[in-house]
Amino acid sequence: MMAAQAAPAARPILEVAGISLAFGGVRALTDVSFQVPEGSITAVIGPNGAGKTSLFNTISGFYRPQAGQISFAGESLAGVRAPERAARGLARTFQNIALFRGMTVLDNIKLGRHAHLRTGVLDALFYWGRAQKEELALRAEIEERIIDFLEIQHIRNASVATLSYGLQKRVELARALAMRPRILMLDEPVAGMNREETEDMARFILDVKEEWGVTILMVEHDMGMVMDISDHVVVLNFGQVIASGTPREVQGNEAVIAAYLGSGDVGELSRRIKAEAV
Amino acid sequence: MRIGTLKTSYAADEALFDSSVQRTLLVLLALAAVAFPFVASPYWLFLACLCAINVASATGLNLLTGYTGLVSLGQAAFMSVGAYTVAVLEIRLGTPFLLNLLIGAGLAAMIGILVGIPSLKVKGLYLAIATIAASVILHFLFSHWSLTGEARGLSMPPARLFGISLDQPFSLYWLIMPVTCLMVLGAANLLRTRIGRAFIAIRDRDISAEVLGIPLLRYKLTSFAISSFYAGLAGGLWAYFFRVVTPESFPLVNSIFYLAAIIVGGMGTILGGILGAVFMTLVPELLKFVANWATPIYPDALAALAPVRTIVFGGLIVGFLIFEPRGLAEIWRRARRFFHLWPFRT
Repeated sequence: MMAAQAAPAARPILEVAGISLAFGGVRALTDVSFQVPEGSITAVIGPNGAGKTSLFNTISGFYRPQAGQISFAGESLAGVRAPERAARGLARTFQNIALFRGMTVLDNIKLGRHAHLRTGVLDALFYWGRAQKEELALRAEIEERIIDFLEIQHIRNASVATLSYGLQKRVELARALAMRPRILMLDEPVAGMNREETEDMARFILDVKEEWGVTILMVEHDMGMVMDISDHVVVLNFGQVIASGTPREVQGNEAVIAAYLGSGDVGELSRRIKAEAV
Repeated sequence: MRIGTLKTSYAADEALFDSSVQRTLLVLLALAAVAFPFVASPYWLFLACLCAINVASATGLNLLTGYTGLVSLGQAAFMSVGAYTVAVLEIRLGTPFLLNLLIGAGLAAMIGILVGIPSLKVKGLYLAIATIAASVILHFLFSHWSLTGEARGLSMPPARLFGISLDQPFSLYWLIMPVTCLMVLGAANLLRTRIGRAFIAIRDRDISAEVLGIPLLRYKLTSFAISSFYAGLAGGLWAYFFRVVTPESFPLVNSIFYLAAIIVGGMGTILGGILGAVFMTLVPELLKFVANWATPIYPDALAALAPVRTIVFGGLIVGFLIFEPRGLAEIWRRARRFFHLWPFRT
């Protein structure tokens, strides 16, 4: 197992403080607080329906929490809309891949840089000067830094609809990297992958952290991978943080074991069912 | 047959026309377009100009509907804004025609932005209905406003360039064809940049587009503005071409015509807009030809032309939707592919 020592006490790049989110009567998140130290890999785990994706969507700016505050790089994100959050360096991938099927791999990746480009409509119509210079510089950077890094040279001109699931996930990662992220949020980066693909992806995630200096926040079900590569683990259950700490601390936590496996106490189970039925 | 292509720079790989065969064909096509007016009869020149105007407008609609995924049935109404503006400016002020065309297109773009505002909240069919409402309002305005000649419409003098009146298809061809070519080239360029990518992203998956830093409303309105700018410019050219603009010049059916053109041609490809518009413009002429030919056998053939035309249009749309949903552009792509691979794999 890789060393999972606690990250040095870096200042948090993302700070979630007391977030509560409800859809009508359904409480998706209740008073969720945690910090993501800069330069770390932080994993959010929890059983299905624990609120992990709701948490991601709140951080991305899709949902507005009823209470609590999210700060990114020291600034509050309250009232900041999703596109502006992206421009500030908050990049993410989706659980069910959200690539643009009508475009090639290369165009999908280029799209990631959107918020940092300056081409206006008139520049674009004539494709002179700035527009051309900007496009060519972008192409060179994507080829040399991203495509080369993620080993997807062979599919750069393919339409994304024709790619295997594992490759699509990798293209989505490439697109997120093109966003010049300061923090990269990965929603189940290895779900549905075989062992080899999972290992490749784990290697890429570690390399992104090491070589690019990008902080990673991920939701993942593959416990082997989470425990291997994370510096910090946050456990959600029924929309609440039930534990957080290093992978080792979390693995030994009674509440986490109960959330995943049940408590093993039949009496407790029947009491809980009765309580829920009331 | 094509045995690999070697590119040694990113600029070469990003070029609009990336193979020498393509570039050669393009030069030949340009030469043919220049030579055409000198060999064609006025009738064919007339058709060529009409095709070019329709290509310009269909390309604009393709940017909005084919690339951004916003269905609009207002293209003809936006054309009417351009046409009336040009006519009023030409009659009242007599300003230079290029300026008139630009003002007409600019005004159409502004009205396009207004009409596009609901697009943030409503999509698909509902947006189409909203654009129909806008066309009805514009139609009412033009047919009741004294400035636009009410129901009689306006008839205007021809465009003038260095004292020469552009009043024949031959002279108008030199105005309409270059403008259309520039517009199509502009659209193709647009799609190579971040703006074109943002349009496609909104069409394919608007929610993740937002997370990638694309503000939806701004880009939807940009798409409406560019699309109606194209329509306004096409409408202005139309006005100089026919020199009579009435409220009935741009009926709702014309908007459906442009939508049909991009469906038949292939939505979301520049080539599709061109092929579709040319094809749909020429089908009625082909039918006329068939009717003339059939008259000796069936004397009422010419009288039956109008209803048959509508049926053929409907049939074409349904046929393409079922059998070739990606349109003529896809047929062209397949043909190219066949020749690239031949004789290794057919």
